[in-house]
Amino acid sequence: MLQKMLLLRKFEEKVEELFLVKGLLIGPSHLYLGQEAIAVGAMMALEPTDLTVTTYRGHGHALAKDVPANLCMAELFGKSTGNCKGLGGSMHVAIYPRTGSLYATAIVGSGIPITAGVGLGLKLKKSKKIVATFFGDGAVNTGAFHEGVNMIALWKLPVLLFCENNQYAMSTPVKRAVSSPSIAERARAYGMKAMVVDGNDVVSVFVATKAAAESARRHSEPVFLECVTYKMKGHGVYDKGDYRPKDEVAKWLEKDPIKVFKEQLLNRKLITQAEIDEVDKATQREIEEAVSFAIQGEPLPFEQIKSYVYAEEPGA
Amino acid sequence: MSVRELTYADALREALREEMLRDPNVVLLGEEIGVLNGVYKVTRGLLDEFGPDRVRDTPISEAAIAGAAVGLALAGMKPVAEIMYMDFLPICMDELATQAAKMRFMSGGQLKIPMVLRTQYSLGRQHGAQHSQFTPSWFFQVPGLKVVAPATPYDAKGLLKSAIREPNPVLFLEGGLLYRTKGPVPEEEYLIPLGKADTKRKGEDVTIVGVSRLVGEALNAAKKLADQGMSAEVIDVRTLQPLDLQAIVESVKKTSRLIVASDDIKTGGVGSEISAAVTENAFDYLDAPVIRIACPDTPIPFSPPLEQQYMPNADKIVDAAVQIIGK
Repeated sequence: MLQKMLLLRKFEEKVEELFLVKGLLIGPSHLYLGQEAIAVGAMMALEPTDLTVTTYRGHGHALAKDVPANLCMAELFGKSTGNCKGLGGSMHVAIYPRTGSLYATAIVGSGIPITAGVGLGLKLKKSKKIVATFFGDGAVNTGAFHEGVNMIALWKLPVLLFCENNQYAMSTPVKRAVSSPSIAERARAYGMKAMVVDGNDVVSVFVATKAAAESARRHSEPVFLECVTYKMKGHGVYDKGDYRPKDEVAKWLEKDPIKVFKEQLLNRKLITQAEIDEVDKATQREIEEAVSFAIQGEPLPFEQIKSYVYAEEPGA
Repeated sequence: MSVRELTYADALREALREEMLRDPNVVLLGEEIGVLNGVYKVTRGLLDEFGPDRVRDTPISEAAIAGAAVGLALAGMKPVAEIMYMDFLPICMDELATQAAKMRFMSGGQLKIPMVLRTQYSLGRQHGAQHSQFTPSWFFQVPGLKVVAPATPYDAKGLLKSAIREPNPVLFLEGGLLYRTKGPVPEEEYLIPLGKADTKRKGEDVTIVGVSRLVGEALNAAKKLADQGMSAEVIDVRTLQPLDLQAIVESVKKTSRLIVASDDIKTGGVGSEISAAVTENAFDYLDAPVIRIACPDTPIPFSPPLEQQYMPNADKIVDAAVQIIGK
């Protein structure tokens, strides 16, 4: 668990360095720094065969759902060796169906109706799988959210909805954008089970997800989990997040999910500092290897991109 | 081969039913398609035959209907979603144009979205500005989508069956005024491939390309022109994306004149695209300007006499043909 969290953290720190210091990466990139406990806690509580639908802030979801770091990095570099052959980029790096990382959308809210459809498909096929969708607090004000949540509740679909409430939709704080006192309350209004979870505590997320997944899998009861967290940095890699009060940022940095988890493990003597250092080193190595893999790759030849527009094989 | 006369609506219904019998993954969803049997009765009896899991009435949530179809396709099903009026498509534009159409590409070929979204346009049925529009150009500009618009019961059935078997998202545009029109449909199974135009009448003096309802008007125009000693070739594009440009160009090489007739707005419409493509590919063969017969650039008026004047028809096509055939 800690290893995964460190992988997510170090990946994003490397991405930030490649953008801001080395100038090797360009384009929008929405970092997952500070939210690691949610993706890692949730994915570890799900079965490996369960499916996910996530968003443009998806590097963390991808890595937590076992998309190999080298493929993710190559995708960020726009290389044909990336999981989406460099055609998707940062915002779609969590598309890797072979590990169940089914889809990642760059349009806020749009993943929720898609998740309803995936859930309906699983239910019709009498599958044991469930589908989890991840989205931010900004998504809860879109029409797609309300249409999708209504369908998921109405048809009792095997779906978990993770709202990663990181307090800001770009620069707009939740208080200036969401009318209801809590986001979870909105889901309850649709007749869905909903809970508020400490999104900076990986154990809380894990435990909550386990119970919710049971309800979705056994009884086809969807559950809404509002995971309260905080973006350590701004909206995108170039955003310094200056609009946030300094004391608020400082308060949340104290609650850094990795720092909190390390302390828990050390206090309970479940791990030693030396072991942490070892994991740290191995993870750093994995990231460095991912970068060299990405740099070595080539972009797809331009004349080939047309062949990815339509599927050619006849439908079954 | 035994052939019956079927309405356009019944031909579509047969296509749905046959594909549902053939493939248990084919499911229908949309507003009023089940208990009410569909506003245009295209899904009549299917709820009783296949049950609510496969014929699903939805809330009025067009974005989520389209989104759910995308998700169903991702989960390995073959959804056929119905949007009651083409005017409601902008509500699900994101799910259709920005999600479904781009998923295969953005995923580097990892994803496949076999879904059909059926809808209809009601120009000519006094439904006013918000329930009558035909707006195919909003969609054929989207790489990754296929756009189909059948004009006859025969084509409607064969194209819908092919659309359901497609591994790509298909927007299937039906003509509201066509549902009750009748035509021959074989009893035996057949498919019509997407992307193949059909020459509905052979001629020498002018090529009239028709889309959906205007194929019938183009054929009426051709009869009237024949009475005046002029010979028109009528091509039904059947599919707008991919467009069978080759069939149109071949015809223009023979006739040297082209009229494109479509129920959409003239500016930036189907006619504009076909005209530009023919100019690029067969400029030297043209003896006269390409003429677009389409709707004027205003919203659709409700008043029945105004709507009649607004709509393209056989007489407007004949007038244009007479003008250019002299050239």
